Parts: sequence; structure tokens; C-alpha cells
Amino acid sequence: MFIYGQDIANFGGAFKATKGLAERFPGRVVDSPISEDAMMGLAIGAAIEGMRPIIEMQFADFSSVAFNQIVNNAATHFWRTGVALPIVVRMPSGGTMGSGPFHSQSMEAIYAHYPGLVVATPATVEDAYGLLLQSIELDDPVLFCEHKLLYFHLKSKGLPDPKSVLPIGKAKVIRNGQHATVVAYSAMVHEAIRAAEELEADGWKVEVVDLRTIKPLDMDTVLGSVARTGRVLCVGEAFPYGGVTAEVVSRIVADGFHLLDAPPQRLNARDTPIPYHPNLWKAHRPTSQTIAAALRELIAF
Amino acid sequence: MADALKERFFAAYRAMVTARFLEEKIAGLYHAGKVVGGVYSGKGQEAFSAALGVCLRPGEDVFAPLIRDQAGRVAFGEDPVDFTRTYLGSVEGPMRGRDGNIHRGRPDKGMPAMISHLGAMIGVVNGTLFAKRLKGTLGDSVGATAIGDGGTSTGAFHEALNLASVEKLPLVISVANNQFAYSTPNDRQFACEHIADRAVSYGIPAHKVDGTDLLACLDTYDKAVSAARAGGGPQLIAGTLLRLCGHGEHDDASYVPADAPHRIDCIEVAEDTFVKNAWATEAEITEVRAACAETVRVALATALNDPKPNPANETWQTTASGF
Ligand SMILES: Cc1ncc(C[n+]2csc(CCOP(=O)(O)OP(=O)(O)O)c2C)c(N)n1
Repeated sequence: MFIYGQDIANFGGAFKATKGLAERFPGRVVDSPISEDAMMGLAIGAAIEGMRPIIEMQFADFSSVAFNQIVNNAATHFWRTGVALPIVVRMPSGGTMGSGPFHSQSMEAIYAHYPGLVVATPATVEDAYGLLLQSIELDDPVLFCEHKLLYFHLKSKGLPDPKSVLPIGKAKVIRNGQHATVVAYSAMVHEAIRAAEELEADGWKVEVVDLRTIKPLDMDTVLGSVARTGRVLCVGEAFPYGGVTAEVVSRIVADGFHLLDAPPQRLNARDTPIPYHPNLWKAHRPTSQTIAAALRELIAF
Repeated sequence: MADALKERFFAAYRAMVTARFLEEKIAGLYHAGKVVGGVYSGKGQEAFSAALGVCLRPGEDVFAPLIRDQAGRVAFGEDPVDFTRTYLGSVEGPMRGRDGNIHRGRPDKGMPAMISHLGAMIGVVNGTLFAKRLKGTLGDSVGATAIGDGGTSTGAFHEALNLASVEKLPLVISVANNQFAYSTPNDRQFACEHIADRAVSYGIPAHKVDGTDLLACLDTYDKAVSAARAGGGPQLIAGTLLRLCGHGEHDDASYVPADAPHRIDCIEVAEDTFVKNAWATEAEITEVRAACAETVRVALATALNDPKPNPANETWQTTASGF
């Protein structure tokens, strides 16, 4: 295997995600030109040759330049030819204050739309590590959406035994409850936990489900939780049109209508590009406050 | 002739110093935690950028500046308060807090607003020129934009250059080769002998210049822009220089070797040129610098006093049609 991406060798990457790797694995951690389309093409060719390439996008936002290679070449390849492409595309995703419209995007739903791709959206350091190793071992192209929060703020005492990490395609109930369920993924898991803690002070017990990977989507765990609580709110940082929360809600309605005591709700970013100024940014994406408010309404229904 | 050159040299110098001061001030605020996101400076690249700006005609030409073009922006006539307001997210600025830092422009005044995706603006400038020609308003105006060495590796750059040449558009593309794209050196970016060779396969004339020498830059841009005005099709100008700062203020540029070539401050070179040609005395230069500093002080004070965005006042509406 090898890693190919901008500024990832001696510099260690824009987020230092490959720090020290170039020294440990000479010749296999390589600085690429600013050519996302050709980078992704390179990964596809190398995978055909039996390698397991990792492509690092400097920001998820720039993967749009490689969109054609990802969704048309990589995603269709196994289905068309029977030759699998074990590629991982690392995508520094999600919003951070002041990063503006082009360094903040959550692109997971766009890629999940296409048959043939696996999309991982870890929320914790343990999952970022475990799911990354699993993604590398997987024989399919994986869009690995790493929230920048993981680089900047989340810490872990140590790394888990990779075998103890739940597999790709399994969601996890990370907080038990009985009055409502929040389904979230990536950074929104942490906002959801804070909202659940806030509601606990008022006696409401909110269950939090971390999807971990949005494709495959573990509806068994989601429906199991909805069966316990009867109320569900799906939270995502991405734009509101379509996307992960819409997919989850539509499946709950189709397969778990009888479990519901209230209309299932969605909370997403607003339907505008991601704003630069912190005042606007904070009002654009879901936060623990807006999640808590949505939960109160849901519980009151 | 000499007077016209001297005048342009002065205008470019003023833009360079103003840009340097603006960026130093905003960098200070960034390090004090008062500017969020990032600050991206053009230190060391001011001459190459300003020389393009003064060769353009505001109101007629189109200029889509990029990440290191603060000097070119000032030279083209962008109000320095657009810079401070955008960095500080003022609602009075052209981007109204919605976008920040270098991601700004006034597209209705001939200055398209860059997106981050490198190479994307070249095609947009092509479009402004194509439309002006169809509408019959092109005359001898040109459209200019800039890119770095790294940005020339994008498909967007190559597609847009080819298209401009096929359509014979008066595109002026300025390539600032500062030897590094973030941390990545030239030898990981292109394998032709000179970055200007990128133009050859598109049938585009390439002009090479020492990007730290304002006088040389003015001369080169003058030739290139005149050729584009005269119907000579797209022109590429490749300037060699070194970015004298980090990629952004968060970056210490420790990957740039101390003995990297062209570690030259173009502002000092320009000041030497003044003295050598007896165009200005040291006292006059000091006066110009003081005037630039005052412009910057006012631009910053204005933006600092401006109202900041209030989410309650936002329409949160994305389409012009209001859907
Ligand atoms: C398509 C695309 N990929 C990646 C990036 C991230 N990025 C921003 S600036 C930069 C380096 C640009 O280098 P260069 O074009 O040489 O300009 P310089 O910063 O040296 O002025 C990179 C990789 C981007 N903006 N656009």
C-alpha cells in the first residue's frame, strides 16, 4: 500500500495526519501535485495492479475535483468488471470556525448516493483508528470522512485493539435512554451527547445512536432504539436537502412506522453555503442547543 | 514615456507597501485571536502582483485575483477597506461575513470573487471575455487572473488555458512561481524545464520575468497585456520569486531551505530602483510609506467599528429567485 496526497510526506499533511510516516515508510508516502482527478485515477490504476492505495484530499471540499473518477470510475468498477478496488480516500470533513464555504463541507451523502462506495463517518478517535484500518482491509473504495474536530480537539488515552472496534456497517448505541432517540454521526454525535446531558437534568432520558458508517447504514440498531423510545431525531451537519438524515427518516417511516409515537424529525445545517463569520457559522449548523430544543419539541408531541 | 513609467512605478510601489502593511496588521490581529480561519499573505510577491494591477484598466478590464494578490488588488483599485472588512467579517464588506479573507471580490465591478479550488477562476475570466465579445463590448479590454506553481497542476488550469487559446480570448494569466505549493517543491509539481513551458502546447506566448524586480515586471506585463489587447490571444507571464512568509500565518515555512533562491524583498528592490533612477529621495519614499500606513490605519479602524453579522438579520436565502 501507499499514501498519495498533497503535502503529506515530510510535511506530514495539512492536519499532520501522516506525521512521521514518510520516514518510516520511505517511498510510500508521496507528495502529489495539486491534481485531484489524476490522484484518484492513480489510485484506481494502482488498485487494479493489486495495491491498496490511500488518497488524502487536503480538504473534503477538494474531492469535488475528483468527483468523476470517484463516482464513475471507482464506484462502478467492481460491478462492471469484477475487479475490486480497495481504495481509501481520506476526507478532512466538516466545519470549523472561520473556514468558510470551501474548507468546511460534509460531502458524505453525495458519495453515499452512488452505488459501489462505502462511506465511513467516525465520531471518536477509537473509531477513526479502527474504521481506518478496516477500510484499508476492505476490498471496496471507501470515502473516509474524518471530521476536523478529530484532529483538533478529540483526544484518546490510547488506541484500541483494532479487533475490539465494531465492524464497518454497525451503528452503536452510545447512550441509553427511553424518551427519545437521537441518530447522529461524525461531529454531531458530540453535540447530541451534550444535548442529551442537558435534557437529563430535566428528567428526560435520551438515547444516542452513532451511525459510524453511513453506507452501509445499520437500520437494525436504529430501529431497535426507536422501538425502545418511540421518538427519533436525526442530526447531520450536512446541507438539509436529501442526505443521511432524510435517508434514515424515510427508512424509519417505511419500516418502523408502528414504533413511532411522534413524527420523526431531522435537524441539519441551513440551506445556504457554510458561512465564514463565527456568528453566522454557529447559527448555520446544529448545536447542542438546537438539538436540545428539537428534542424538547419532539418529547412534548 | 519616462514620466509615464515613473508614474506607474510609483502607483505599483504604493500598492505594494499598502498590501504589505495591510497584511502585517491583519496577521497581528490573527495572532491575537481576533481574526478566525486563516491569514494568507503575499509577502515577497507584491511586485509581481502589483505590476499586473497597474497594467489593467479598472472599469474596463476584468481581474480575478488569487491568494497572494493583495498588491494587485490595491493597484487595480480595490478599496483597502474591502480587505479589512472581509477579514473581520463586517456586514458592510463585499462578502458581508459570509465569506472571508482572500475569498472576496466585486464581480459586478470587474473583480470576480475567488473560490478556494485552484484553477477554477481562469475559466470564469474566459467567460467574461467571451460574453463581452458576443455583446460587442470587448474593445481592447483584457481579463487577467493569477495562479501559483501548484495551481498549474490542476486540470482546471489546463482546460481553461486550452479553451482560451481555442477561443482566442484576451486572457492574461499570471503564474507566480514561488517554488513551493504549501510545502511541496517545484520538482513534485511539474517536470518541464520552466513553468512557462506549460503555455507552449496551448499555443500561448509565455513571458518570463524576475518576479522580485518591479521594473522588469512592469515591462513584461506591459508587453503581455498589450499583446492581449491587440488581439494576440491569451498571454502567460511566469514570475520567479519566493514567498517570504508561511503558506498562511499558521505555517512557519520551515520546509523552505534557508538558501532557497530569490530570497529577495521586492519592496527593497523597488526602493533601490527609486534611488538609482533618482525618481525619489529617501524622504519622499518615507512620505509615501507614511501615507500607505495611514490608509491602512483608516481601513482597519473602519472595519473594526463596523457591525458584525447577526444571524437574526440574515435571510438565509441562497437563490436570487428567492425559491
Ligand atoms: C483543487 C485544490 N486542491 C487543493 C487545494 C488546497 N491548497 C490551497 S493552497 C495550496 C497550495 C497552492 O500552491 P500554489 O498554487 O503554488 O500557490 P501558493 O500558495 O504557493 O501561492 C493547496 C494545495 C486547493 N485550494 N484547491
